[in-house]
Amino acid sequence: MSLRMTPMQRILTTLGHEEPDRVPMFLVFTMHGAKELGLSIKEYFSKPENVAEGQVRVCRKFGNDCVNGYYYAPIEIEAWGGEVIFRDDGPPNSGMPFIKDFEDIRGLVPPDVKDCKCLTKALEAQRLMKEKVGDDIPVIGTVVSPFSLPVMQMGFGKYIELIYEHKELFEHLMRINEDFCVQWANAQFDAGCTAVGYFDPVSSTTIVDKDLYLRTGHNIARRTLSRIKGPTATHFAAGRCYSIIEDVIQTGTAAVGVSVLEDLQMIKNACKGRITVLGNLNGIEMRRWSQEETTAIVKDAIAKAGKGGGFILSDNHGEIPFQVPDDVLLAIGDAVNEWGRYPLKWLDK
Amino acid sequence: MENQVDKADKYIKDMVQALLSVDKMKAKETLAQAREAYQPVEVVEKVIVPSLEQIGEGWRIDKVSLSQVYMSGKICNEILQDIIPRDCIIRERQLTIAIATLEDFHTLGKQIVKGFLHAAGYEIVDYGNGLSVDSLTEHIIKDKIDVLLISVLMLPSALSIKELRKRLKERQAAVTIVVGGAPFNFDDKLYKEVEADYMGKTVSDAINIIHAIETDRGV
Repeated sequence: MSLRMTPMQRILTTLGHEEPDRVPMFLVFTMHGAKELGLSIKEYFSKPENVAEGQVRVCRKFGNDCVNGYYYAPIEIEAWGGEVIFRDDGPPNSGMPFIKDFEDIRGLVPPDVKDCKCLTKALEAQRLMKEKVGDDIPVIGTVVSPFSLPVMQMGFGKYIELIYEHKELFEHLMRINEDFCVQWANAQFDAGCTAVGYFDPVSSTTIVDKDLYLRTGHNIARRTLSRIKGPTATHFAAGRCYSIIEDVIQTGTAAVGVSVLEDLQMIKNACKGRITVLGNLNGIEMRRWSQEETTAIVKDAIAKAGKGGGFILSDNHGEIPFQVPDDVLLAIGDAVNEWGRYPLKWLDK
Repeated sequence: MENQVDKADKYIKDMVQALLSVDKMKAKETLAQAREAYQPVEVVEKVIVPSLEQIGEGWRIDKVSLSQVYMSGKICNEILQDIIPRDCIIRERQLTIAIATLEDFHTLGKQIVKGFLHAAGYEIVDYGNGLSVDSLTEHIIKDKIDVLLISVLMLPSALSIKELRKRLKERQAAVTIVVGGAPFNFDDKLYKEVEADYMGKTVSDAINIIHAIETDRGV
């Protein structure tokens, strides 16, 4: 039996495509910390101290192998001067897009991270998290990819039209967004993050076809990731990626987030020994899993992707919904502790 | 008869190819050729609707992307105006159909469904985005809506449909609620939990569901 590892050792071992003491688990909490502190979601995010304390508490409570340094997706829109809409029972949304006309793109200037109050607040939270957990637990930051950010900058429909019908302006916007993304990711490493999630749902084949991806999101990811000074994990936020997995590997990312719509075993086989697979619990259905269902689903994921390391059990969207009850989250942790112990001998029976 | 079917199949094949390539000129040419063989209503029923249904189905099996689905609906609506005279009514009788995003600001799903249904000849009342339960209830009652299409991306928005259903019951509104969007795609039981009548995973489902409701209501 292997000795108990710290979460950091566990993650580094699995990223090295070797088997740690048990399957690592990333439950990506963004709002559950508010519940722990008895605060509304808006209040929770108003102070970095709240977020740091809340994230470390939920990490310890549920036996998570990372502290999530991710605030909320529209924080980047806030940095560009856009609006964030809070609600009491879910993640904040971005408000009206600030790019109203295609020609507005010509005048865009990327914000300077150190001048944005919202971003410096998030960086301060990450610094505090790092202070609390030291080198034992990885702190994970997040950026929205330059290719996916325009969904919030200008609205999804208009952005698709930009990609197909205004190629020069599209390229211009990508260059601006790339500069911002690199600056924002590197600031998170400076704040103490161990790795950064590169959220790129638009590159998923659910959203763009493979040919278009190769001409757009793929090149953008290659350029951007090469300028980010630490390891990244590419996440398609529940979008599919099997048919582009070889291309995703070529971007230089260290891990890939997999949708529940995909065959986890096929993805693991394709990624084996090259990049780590994160996935792929269904966060929407998770709300009403029984203890038995939870155990069966966790076992199934471990059976499909656990062998040989290179696997982190996680949800498929990159955010656990606020409505998922503690009992289910505790049951996931229990199942990982029971069935995720390497060398996974139960799979040989 | 066989020739007619072959001809329609060819138009559909050409149309699907043009739409997936986002080739507006080719799509327009195909519809112009179809217009020589068919009446305007037939162009919609025999070429546009089956083409869009194929594209919607392609998305379900990961052969077509959402951006292609969106652009297909957009192109169809743009060229339809050139092919079919403005005073031509595709559907003589139809239910009063409305679409909205409830407590949600993600509009792509709504735009796609509206675009497809419009291209299929349906008039759709668009209530916009981010509506509250109260405001959507008032709209439905005031406009005597028969079918309400709700598109959501966020789970909390999906869950709030249950409250909308409750309010509509209290006001005795006989509206059929059809839901769609990511939370429903990831949880087949969710639409029943929120007491919706139908759930569509693709735009082709939306067209088929509307047909089923029409049949059910004798339209």
